[in-house]
Amino acid sequence: MKILIAPRMERCIGCHSCSLACARLVHGRLSWNTAGIRIASSGGLSTGFEAHLCLACDPAPCAAVCPTAAFVQRRGGGVVVRKKRCIRCGACAPACPVGAIHLEPDGEPFVCIHCGRCVPFCPHDCLEHREVEDGAGGPGEEERP
Amino acid sequence: MSETPFRVLRVDLASGRGETLAIEGRSRWAGGSGLAAMLLGRFGRLDRPWDDPEQPLVFAVGPLTGLYPLMSKTVCAFLSPRHGQAAESHGGGRSALALRLAGFDALVITGRAAQLSCLSLGARHLALRDVHFLRGLDVQATGKILRRILPGAGHRSILRIGPAGEARAAMACINVDTYRHFGRLGAGAVMGAKNLKAIAVQGDGSPPIPAGKDYPRVFEEVYRLLTATDMMHKYHNLGTAENVAVLNALRALPFRNLRQTHDPCAAAISGEAFAERTLLRNAACAGCPVGCIHIGFVREKFMEPNQYLYRQVSYDHEPIFAVGAMLAVCDPFAALDLMEEAERAGLDVMSAGVALAWATEAFATGLLSERETLLPLAFGDARAYAQAIWHLARGENDFYRLLASGVERAAARYGGAEFACVLGQEMAGYATGEVFFVSQALGFRHSHLDSAGYAYDQRHEKPGVEDACRHLFAEEQGRCLLTSMAACLFARAVYTEERLAACLEAAGYGEIASRLPEIARRVQAERWRLRLKGGFTPEEVPFPRRFTEVATWKGPIDPAFLARLRAETARGIRRLAAQAEEDRAAGAAASGVDAPAAEG
Repeated sequence: MKILIAPRMERCIGCHSCSLACARLVHGRLSWNTAGIRIASSGGLSTGFEAHLCLACDPAPCAAVCPTAAFVQRRGGGVVVRKKRCIRCGACAPACPVGAIHLEPDGEPFVCIHCGRCVPFCPHDCLEHREVEDGAGGPGEEERP
Repeated sequence: MSETPFRVLRVDLASGRGETLAIEGRSRWAGGSGLAAMLLGRFGRLDRPWDDPEQPLVFAVGPLTGLYPLMSKTVCAFLSPRHGQAAESHGGGRSALALRLAGFDALVITGRAAQLSCLSLGARHLALRDVHFLRGLDVQATGKILRRILPGAGHRSILRIGPAGEARAAMACINVDTYRHFGRLGAGAVMGAKNLKAIAVQGDGSPPIPAGKDYPRVFEEVYRLLTATDMMHKYHNLGTAENVAVLNALRALPFRNLRQTHDPCAAAISGEAFAERTLLRNAACAGCPVGCIHIGFVREKFMEPNQYLYRQVSYDHEPIFAVGAMLAVCDPFAALDLMEEAERAGLDVMSAGVALAWATEAFATGLLSERETLLPLAFGDARAYAQAIWHLARGENDFYRLLASGVERAAARYGGAEFACVLGQEMAGYATGEVFFVSQALGFRHSHLDSAGYAYDQRHEKPGVEDACRHLFAEEQGRCLLTSMAACLFARAVYTEERLAACLEAAGYGEIASRLPEIARRVQAERWRLRLKGGFTPEEVPFPRRFTEVATWKGPIDPAFLARLRAETARGIRRLAAQAEEDRAAGAAASGVDAPAAEG
């Protein structure tokens, strides 16, 4: 199984191409919010950018609190999302320890499903779709040259 | 399919209330420049002063904003404090995507707030907040405080002014998200006159993408051209700063108030030198994978022993020309320091640099003394310029107040008009020849980006009047189309008319796609109609003598050719404006003058 990681965020230029690609290709929206990966400036533009995305927990706390099994544990970490089962209760977002789940005003949750479709849109190769062993979970060590 | 009307948010600062308007005319004006001109024509009072509270400040995005890469600009339209006439300025950052995702094609701000205020808006909120406590604060400090006190984070755009805007200086800009600007012609003063310190736009909507298979296909094609080919190499690599060495080698880089067009010390402030010595990182406007924003660092020892602070400053060719070459400040770190001072003060760095270059020459020739300048000014003296920038921004005395309203006004009072480097407004960083000089002086925005006369100069050794004139108007028309989308002009090689039509078709704007030449002509003509109605007389734009004393790689400027080109261009402008008037009289522009209807 593969998971999405963001090991080279020092290279990020804040273009939001990854978020826009996720919203466009996975969720059919024009948005930088309704996306599994979201870019935020860390304390203003002058200090660079960080990626808010699922760290592929196993077990995933968001799946544990989901009352309708809309979020279920994914092999390799993270969750499989079944939108039709979601009742918009919003319990998943506060359960995420790293704030990786975005809730729309109507309660619809958006989280990374580790499909990797955003990766080719990053112009600076900040992102990686990396193979992990089942049960390994988490993004592992950040890469440094 | 019936076309969707423009969705426009109009806010009255006097009451703090807004209304959403559904305005017809999408297939006539497209958006961006076209929409901004239409809204300025509708809400503006061209017979009244620029700072009349009822005058509108317009921000418009285009039909392709956010949908395709580099469709990342917002067009700002207003009556300029520089000349009291219709004006336009373009800015990027996150402003365009934020306004699109807030759900609006345009924002129209009228009225004057009772206290210094910040307008905060998004898809689901609108509020006018009293921010009197920000009075006099610089642009960076203002940004930091607003980021803390306003709702939302990251996915918003914060437009703000500094002390120069509050002082209503005609050289005041609007800063966008720290590193971008609505730079020229004094949009910052318009916000100051409205008691509006900042505008924060939260892009918190998430509309569906266009239906069908074409949109993803066309998107990927455009994205590939922008990222996997060399088409954007210049902007990705050294950025516009690449021009410094190129123009210097051509003898076309304005130096020391245009007394020279090249200088050996330009090597120290070239794009290559900036990249090697100062470049810290790149940044991008939202939705642009190119990342042309070049951010340099300056380090300052503020205390012994070895206590340093550092600052991050964005640079481009134009700021390097203005506070580097024009002021003969040939150290990249010193030039960055001056860019940072102008940035914090909220001044258009181009106008500020050119203004201080004129003041330096006037000081050297005895037209000015320290009684006016408050300190001695000398080419290369960056420390003095750092102080003078703040005198200019704050309007410290009569002299600086007059200078900040335009170099030619100061020159009219103190002398030195012959070496005032003004072509409609303070010159841009190209001394390429007659065609550029005419293109800026008679350009709608008085910008090098209006019609790229500098490129024509470089491609033609012996230009003819008719050919040059034809080029300028064709180029202007093409750019009107791009800025009506509203594209970054750096992507002009990718967004040909054919590709724009494909992008529009795939996005569901087939009606606009089928009318591109017609829209381009209409927008071009309407802008000139507005400008002339405000009193612009293209035949009377002065060309100070300095511009005819210049020698480029082609040799001396030809004053006779310059005069013929100017006359022919002025005639062309009048023809366009007359054509727009005829269209209106014939009712062809009817949908642009309908009374706006409340949405719903």
